[in-house]
Amino acid sequence: MSAQLEKPIFEYSVRGRGAEDQWPRDPGPEAIEDLPAALRRTRRPLLPEVSELEAVRHFTRLSQLNFSIDTHFYPLGSCTMKYNPKACNSLAMLPEFLARHPLSPETVGQGLLACLYELQEMLKAVTGMQAVALSPMAGAQGEYAGVAMIRAYHRARGDLERNEIIVPEAAHGTNPATATMCGCVVREVPVNAEGDVDLEALKAAVGPKTAGIMLTNPSTLGVFERRIEEVARIVHTAGGLLYYDGANLNAILGKVRPGDMGFDVIHVNLHKTFSTPHGGGGPGAGPVGVSARLAPFLPVPVVGRRGERYCWLTERDLPQSIGRLSGFMGNAGVLLRAYIYMRMLGREGMAKVSEYATLNANYLLAQLTRAGFDAAYPDRRATHELIITLKRQAKELGTTAMDFAKRLLDHGMHAPTTYFPLLVPECLLIEPTETESKAALDAFVAAMGEILAEAAKEPERVTGAPHTMPVRRLDDVRAAKQLDLTWKPTGAHAIPTTS
Amino acid sequence: MSNVPSDLKYTKSHEWVRTLSDGTVEVGITDHAQHALGDLVFVEVPEAGRKLTAGEPFAVVESVKAASDVYAPIAGEVTEGNPALAAEPEAINSDAYGKGWLMRLRPAAAGAAPALLTAAEYQKLVAEEGG
Amino acid sequence: MAFIPHTREDVAAMLAAIGVGSIEELFDEIPANLRLGALSGVPESLSEMEIGRLMAERARLDGRPLCFIGAGAYEHHIPAAVWAIATRGEFYSAYTPYQAEASQGTLQLLYEFQTMMASLTGLDVSNASLYDGASAMAEASLMAVRANRKSHSQRILVPSTVHPHYRKAARAVAGNQGLVFEELPYCTEDGRILPGALERYDGQDITALVIQQPNFFGRLEDVDTLCDWAHARNILVVAVVNPTSLALLKPPGSWGTKGADIAVGEGQPLGVPLSSGGPYFGFMTARMEHVRQMPGRIVGRTVDAAGRAGFTLTLQAREQHIRRAKATSNICTNQGLLVTAATVYLSLMGPAGLERVAAASHARTRELVGALTRVPGVRRLFRGPAFHEDAIAIDRPVAPLLETLAARGIVGGLDLSEHYPQLGQALLVCATETKTSADIERYATVLAECLREARAA
Repeated sequence: MSAQLEKPIFEYSVRGRGAEDQWPRDPGPEAIEDLPAALRRTRRPLLPEVSELEAVRHFTRLSQLNFSIDTHFYPLGSCTMKYNPKACNSLAMLPEFLARHPLSPETVGQGLLACLYELQEMLKAVTGMQAVALSPMAGAQGEYAGVAMIRAYHRARGDLERNEIIVPEAAHGTNPATATMCGCVVREVPVNAEGDVDLEALKAAVGPKTAGIMLTNPSTLGVFERRIEEVARIVHTAGGLLYYDGANLNAILGKVRPGDMGFDVIHVNLHKTFSTPHGGGGPGAGPVGVSARLAPFLPVPVVGRRGERYCWLTERDLPQSIGRLSGFMGNAGVLLRAYIYMRMLGREGMAKVSEYATLNANYLLAQLTRAGFDAAYPDRRATHELIITLKRQAKELGTTAMDFAKRLLDHGMHAPTTYFPLLVPECLLIEPTETESKAALDAFVAAMGEILAEAAKEPERVTGAPHTMPVRRLDDVRAAKQLDLTWKPTGAHAIPTTS
Repeated sequence: MSNVPSDLKYTKSHEWVRTLSDGTVEVGITDHAQHALGDLVFVEVPEAGRKLTAGEPFAVVESVKAASDVYAPIAGEVTEGNPALAAEPEAINSDAYGKGWLMRLRPAAAGAAPALLTAAEYQKLVAEEGG
Repeated sequence: MAFIPHTREDVAAMLAAIGVGSIEELFDEIPANLRLGALSGVPESLSEMEIGRLMAERARLDGRPLCFIGAGAYEHHIPAAVWAIATRGEFYSAYTPYQAEASQGTLQLLYEFQTMMASLTGLDVSNASLYDGASAMAEASLMAVRANRKSHSQRILVPSTVHPHYRKAARAVAGNQGLVFEELPYCTEDGRILPGALERYDGQDITALVIQQPNFFGRLEDVDTLCDWAHARNILVVAVVNPTSLALLKPPGSWGTKGADIAVGEGQPLGVPLSSGGPYFGFMTARMEHVRQMPGRIVGRTVDAAGRAGFTLTLQAREQHIRRAKATSNICTNQGLLVTAATVYLSLMGPAGLERVAAASHARTRELVGALTRVPGVRRLFRGPAFHEDAIAIDRPVAPLLETLAARGIVGGLDLSEHYPQLGQALLVCATETKTSADIERYATVLAECLREARAA
């Protein structure tokens, strides 16, 4: 890891410098003569003025300040940080796919459309749903589409009272936020001590105002919702629909299908289960799958087939669609990467993913327990992820889950997810994924053991961590109070911005 | 154990109420609440003249890890929002019952005031919540 | 191939440590009737070599026709360094920078991006991206409702010269929260908002006015007059802009007397290939007073425990993972990789390079329209200046013409009849700095041929 920090790129700027060879030839002042003077820009924007090498060096050095899957063990629970195969990137970036304008005629897009159509079919097959739309650009947009479809379904049947969405208290924050965005009211139901939804509370919560319930299975607590069929029956009997948050699909891929569990609508996170890159925050893709009764409401466009020809189905073909969610057809490049990955996995590979993800998580559960850590749900099988709670250590030694997370960075490993789910105090949610080796897992357990020992002997090393990263712990309070959100030129670095 | 002054009234949602000599009331969040939120970075107080119903959210207090609504304990009209909190939100952390007051309110004339908790009752509530 | 590294010995050791006899046992909590036997509907696994051949065939099928469409996605030259850097594993396979100490690369890059976008749009703050331009406009409308305390109607005025897909997406995304989008008519002679269109709203409670510049037809709206009209009536102004154009055109922060309040747009022109429609990225900037109402992630500079400068995500209390049901938006994942590309692109272009790209594109479009309107049966649709995109009218049906052109390797433009039937047989065309005079000549020649054939038939 490079320990030397980089200056903001603006501090390298020299007036008049630039990567000129990359610019088009100067068209001369006549080129813009016809633009009205009143609409012309007068002050130059603050953009870097550096050579190509300076830019390349700056951003390469910045990249070296990051942890990433390519460089570090990254067991973030509920994020599924599995290896991103290089072929998915290079094949999705074939020049023909990159050069294609989204509004090109379908006749010059049959290759792309074939890939997307087959992706829809494969997603139907692994989820057990009847129809799929690919356009939602992230899991959260997929959730929005799903809840919007549930609402549209009830409205189309004249069932206008149904505006309540039930959410387990352990749910990911996007779930209640999505319900609100759809104009629904959120009702939370508790989860019992074993991690299952409290069925009695659920029975009390459903009624004529229930639009649906949002669940993930395995749940955010890392355990399988064992009575899911009963949950489905309760909600369906009350007239509501079931929404499946696909964040944890890696645990059951190829082994269990949400459609079989009774879900009416699901979203899949391609950037989790299907290994498209996280890219420092995105892009993702959140395709939605539905049962037959919700198919008319799918967001557009959807890939269709007429005989031998692939085509886009739009509002004309799906008049009851909830509409379009994006400017074009969603994140095509992400969809292609997922398609390539799924073709490489194939039928045999799908089940292997969940088998080895589950093996890895259960192995970590066993080894961490041996090393002295407390599992949040010790009597349950781990699914693709597990939760340990550091509540005892926090009380006895004064070291929190956040402290452990920061100290792991010094061991060259990215921390697991901290403080989610909110229900488990001082928790670490750990998801190794199937692409990590036993050796990587053993190294992680060893590091955790070392930190535990250190917490007892020299707690300040843990509470003051990280010590070897490019920066120490950052002052969040100051960041929120003294907002410094854009670089400003001062003194020597003041760059005149008038032309 | 958090600080719970005996001369104030309280709500279940962790607001305190102080009756002033001119009949208006002063409202803020309790010591327990400020502790749970952590260092406050931003506070939004209501403008004078705003009319509130009991239970209506009237302010937002924001820390790095949480943002919380603050609810009107009784109905009335806002006479003043604390102007000092814009520059110094941390006054709520250091002096929740004094400099950290959020607003002053003229209680609505008619209607029964919802039952406010005594210091003892509020203390019991906090203990039950594990605070 | 599932990229699984375990050997048989590894598996045996791990099963022993767990205390089970087989991997199947680890699924014993799942009801047996839910467990799949074989998975149907998924083809057999392919090796990397095999999928490589398949994808190459499919790409060959689509080919690389000459592209003359804009309509919200623009083909510009992208220096090789942009994607060489963006696809470095440290950027490509990094997660959202929640653990700041392990993500200073991404965080600093985002801070630099925020700086560039704020300046480019002439406003104070930027977020770290939204999904795309269309959803950014929807989010900006929701933000205007939150930010405009003086208005309660939730009515948003949207000119019909705003991109049709953006208008549809705004309804689909924000309509469920009670927002009402009202469309302003346009003038069919100059392709701009009808001058008297706003008069009927005088004295009414309106929350925001959306202004797209250049508009969907490439026309230049009278942004100063529109902006001042809105501000005089306590209406917030949401600007929808093309970032390349901002190298030459007055940025939203300078519109009218006070400048726009929020600016959004599609960031794709900045170093992101057309890629069949995505992934792109939406940008959003605003006045400082509205920063707490902004959705999406924001990076701030602060200090670490040793007093050194460092970067971290800030103002997170607005976001879904804390605020939950009261969050400003449900957005979690954004478009980080594309922002990385855009930041590198802007660093290579700089202010002078971006200005050249804008000017060259503008000149090429004028050249294109000139060449096409010299073909019999083709005329320019609107009078007045257009920026790097324009509309032409043709005396033959457009849809079959476009098919014929495509068969000859030219993607000629966007048929306007679907969204603007009152314009008759009309086509939206665009040429950027990537097109040469020879390309333009070729289009004009082939167009002339196609029209002759169509008339003869």
